[in-house]
Amino acid sequence: MNMPLPQPPRDLAPGGRAGAWLGRRVDAIARTARHPLFWVGAREMAGVSVGLTAWAFMTGVAMVKSGMSITEAVLMSLLVFAGSAQLAAIPLIAAGAPLWVIWATAFCVNLRFVVFSLHLREYFMFLPRARRLVLGYLTGDVTYVLYTRRFPRPAETENQRRAQMAYLWGGNCANWVMWQSLSMLGIFMGAALPARWGLEFAGTLALLAMACSLATTRLRALSALIAAGAAVAVFGLPYRLNIVAAITIAVAACLMLERRHGEPAEGRHA
Amino acid sequence: MNETDFGTLLAIAGLTAISVVTRGFFFISEREWRLPGWAQRGLRYAPIAALAAVIAPDIVLTGGAVEAPWRDARAWGALAAGACYFWRRHDGLVLPLSIAAGMAVYLPLRLVWNW
Repeated sequence: MNMPLPQPPRDLAPGGRAGAWLGRRVDAIARTARHPLFWVGAREMAGVSVGLTAWAFMTGVAMVKSGMSITEAVLMSLLVFAGSAQLAAIPLIAAGAPLWVIWATAFCVNLRFVVFSLHLREYFMFLPRARRLVLGYLTGDVTYVLYTRRFPRPAETENQRRAQMAYLWGGNCANWVMWQSLSMLGIFMGAALPARWGLEFAGTLALLAMACSLATTRLRALSALIAAGAAVAVFGLPYRLNIVAAITIAVAACLMLERRHGEPAEGRHA
Repeated sequence: MNETDFGTLLAIAGLTAISVVTRGFFFISEREWRLPGWAQRGLRYAPIAALAAVIAPDIVLTGGAVEAPWRDARAWGALAAGACYFWRRHDGLVLPLSIAAGMAVYLPLRLVWNW
């Protein structure tokens, strides 16, 4: 099984080179998809996806209910592909906040992925840069957790690498398909649901549950409380600057408290 | 229904770039490098602060002012969702359960009593 393709001759015309490249890519993808761990990854992802599908559905509903057009909502779901950042950006877009405030808020919400990428670096560095970035972009919270739980250390041999990549791609593909289909369902059904129900509130609750799951240390919970209080207290600031101000105040306060009381340096993090 | 406008498309393009950059932050450079210590520590507090800052005004403010949150369906819904989260925190389905609990409190209060 798994015979590699024969090397193409060197003196190919540009069209032939493109064809050979495409053939190699298709072959590599097929080999990944035939790997048994691809389907293990997909199955394990599907097992924990019930919550995720509810989340995706609500993100879809929240987008159209905030007044985005169907085109915008579909594009946002397909391209941004980040539930919490989308939910955080939606009310800001609806309120006409300046672009940099929208982007700064989404960036802060997404900062947890920066932490993940530091961890995944040792797993991914053997790939060329473009491939690393695509794989990183497609790896969300849940697939990251499943992948690093199944493989506590990076691969050392070629076979291990192939197994790890197959597992990760399986999970990512299952995740992407489920996320996007439920998000589309939310977009198209959300448009038909009456506005009086105030269903966009489910998006707020989804972010609330997400925040609760991040509150793993006392200082982190305090950071949430300070930010919540500050965001309400300075709500009058123009351009929804209250959000950026609240994040800055909360992070600065926690860093100062940490220095004074010394939270364990790499403490009980999520 | 709603119009597609250029500003929103630009916002979406930027958000896409943010998804790519944050998820691949440490893959961009081949070189081994570290963030300064304060930034690394700040990473622990910024995501939860950002989420809290986004949702708090949506839960307690009505038209920019705090108005009787004890007669507000959103405040009770949020309380129910938070309580459910900490009650069921070790359950695999805790996220959808909390959202469902919050909506189960919010919808009747809003639709029947108009809170």
